[in-house]
Amino acid sequence: MTQDTRPTVKLSRRTLLRGSAAVAGVAAGSGAVTGFPAVWSAEPKVLRYLGTAVNQSADIAKKVKEDTGITIEYVAVTTDDVTKRVITQPNSYDIVDTEYFALKKLVPAGNLKAMNGKKIKEYDNITPVITKCELPDGTKIGDQGTAPKKVMFVEGEHSTKFAPGMTEWATLIPTTYNADTLGIRPDLIKRPISSWAELLNPEFKGKAALLNIPSIGIMDAAMVVEATGQHKYADKGNMTKAEIDLTMKVLTDAKKSGQFRAFWKDFNESVNLMASGETVIQSMWSPAVTAVKSKGIPCVFQPLKEGYRSWATGFAVSKAVTGMKEDVAYEFVNWFLSGWAGAYLNRQGYYSAVLPTAKAAMEPYEWAFWMEGKPAEKDIHAPDGTLLEKAGNTRDGGSFDQRMGKVACWNAIMDENDYMVRKWNEFIAA
Amino acid sequence: MGLVFALFFVLPLALVVVVSFWDYNDYEILPSFTFRSYTETFEGCYDQLPGLCTIFKTYVTTAELCFAVWAITLVIGFTISYFLAFHVRSLTMQIVLALLCTIPFWTSNVIRMISWIPLLGRNGLVNQALTHAGVVDAPLEWLLYSRFSVILAFVHLFTFFMVIPIFNSMVRIDRRLIEAAYDAGASGWQTLWNVVVPLCKPGIVIGSIFVVTIVMGDFVTVGVMGGQQIASAGKIIETRLNALQFPPAAANAVILLAATLLIITALTKVVDIRKEL
Repeated sequence: MTQDTRPTVKLSRRTLLRGSAAVAGVAAGSGAVTGFPAVWSAEPKVLRYLGTAVNQSADIAKKVKEDTGITIEYVAVTTDDVTKRVITQPNSYDIVDTEYFALKKLVPAGNLKAMNGKKIKEYDNITPVITKCELPDGTKIGDQGTAPKKVMFVEGEHSTKFAPGMTEWATLIPTTYNADTLGIRPDLIKRPISSWAELLNPEFKGKAALLNIPSIGIMDAAMVVEATGQHKYADKGNMTKAEIDLTMKVLTDAKKSGQFRAFWKDFNESVNLMASGETVIQSMWSPAVTAVKSKGIPCVFQPLKEGYRSWATGFAVSKAVTGMKEDVAYEFVNWFLSGWAGAYLNRQGYYSAVLPTAKAAMEPYEWAFWMEGKPAEKDIHAPDGTLLEKAGNTRDGGSFDQRMGKVACWNAIMDENDYMVRKWNEFIAA
Repeated sequence: MGLVFALFFVLPLALVVVVSFWDYNDYEILPSFTFRSYTETFEGCYDQLPGLCTIFKTYVTTAELCFAVWAITLVIGFTISYFLAFHVRSLTMQIVLALLCTIPFWTSNVIRMISWIPLLGRNGLVNQALTHAGVVDAPLEWLLYSRFSVILAFVHLFTFFMVIPIFNSMVRIDRRLIEAAYDAGASGWQTLWNVVVPLCKPGIVIGSIFVVTIVMGDFVTVGVMGGQQIASAGKIIETRLNALQFPPAAANAVILLAATLLIITALTKVVDIRKEL
């Protein structure tokens, strides 16, 4: 990074603010403007950050601004729309925060530039969960589906083929990842839940929900199929046509008998479904469980014996970004990995990409609760101050190693994706 | 005028048709001619007879929803218009009441739709009221995420599109015709059926076209109020688009357009709008 040689840093905060409004408009077309260093120096640093709303917190944007002077403009869309934007409108954002499973579409399309590992300070400290699909102690974890290690590296900046092992060119620099499972309302279920099979248990007829993203919904169904012993998949994230038919049949039967209350697509929808008691068991995201809890409603991110369905997201830069804008993007990514943001995400129940820096930015009792699975020494608060857990409680699922070690599969795009989408429409029409 | 029409209507539509005949892979459209999107959309429609294939099932559902919404909005819309046109005497009052009808339009479609959810939910206001009043023992499940809630939301959102054209037709009816009907000994219902309704036909047809086209192409209301579990023609397109499969999405759009055009043609056969206007 060469930021310290640039006068931008020395600009007073006031000048920056004054300029930012004017330049916000210019930012839209800035991809086309290159090679005017004299002009660059007077421009505030602005990044348009495309992603789902989940990672786009106002606190992070505020802190980046304080630490680096970079103004983050969030472009919040749904998971599917992130992919669509990257492929169809590469000029509409500078940096994208997207999921690894989308890379099978994004990388061949060639609209992203690979991230140069040499410019990422903590590159070698990125967790092996992402780079090698193993825990820090070397234990291998499940790699069914689009495990990040399969799509994380390419041979060069503009390469559109995945490299088999680690290289210095990363498709995405990880931001967050987590192990997903079913969220439940223990107060309404009133008995222990320990298997994915419960999602389609007729006991919860009309009170279950699925994620309305076909490629993920079908994997949750596959977890149920395996849990009930109906079929054992070679790879739940890459089914054969026959396996897709089988899984869809299980889902269709459940739908016809009225198992599902609704399918949710949006983070807030999942929170509302659970908080209002419309559903008592559903596939969910960790911070959504946190959000339900912070309303004072009991909700558990239930560990299940068959394991977790995991996912990871990361940063990439649009191919339209060059010159100083690109340096700003790297500066931002480096800031993101430097600890504060990692700690922030860990406190929401996610995991951060570089654990040592995040640890340094967290209180020891927080680290013990979130990452080591120990009972909370003090009350645990969300980043916004709401009480999440009282002292003495432990995190659902336990420590980092216990949770990530039990990953069964990763969110995926199948080779038979086209067939699967057609079957999904058939399922909805059934 | 012609240029605007060509640029913003003919050209995009032509593009959709062209793309629907192109091939595709996981991440891009391949410009080579193929019927793939159509053959795959109608896959199994012949083999599965007399069962219905996905696309037919979807269109049956869409048509059923469409018919129900059309019938209900028509009855409500006609009644409101009748009241406004014949029972409210002063022009000021007519304008005031018509404006009142537009108040819900001050907030967005989505908000008006979503606000039904806390009302109709399992622990929502309606169910609470019903259980407290002892009308039902257990909360009614079919109030939300069902065809009922979808139709309710549609009616709430789109009745006004029926009111305005019908009201417009009604106020232009020459009052002397109605007086003449009374003088000739017609009862109230006879006048309504034989004089008012025929003269309102253009308004009814225009309102119907609004409602039918909106409901046929909708996927947001069906999605949100139906818990994403009810198939609709629009939803198929959405699912395909989200999977970056633009050609089949385009093919489905062409099919939807054809279906909607058929309905509109049938409607305009009933009444020649141009002549009546």
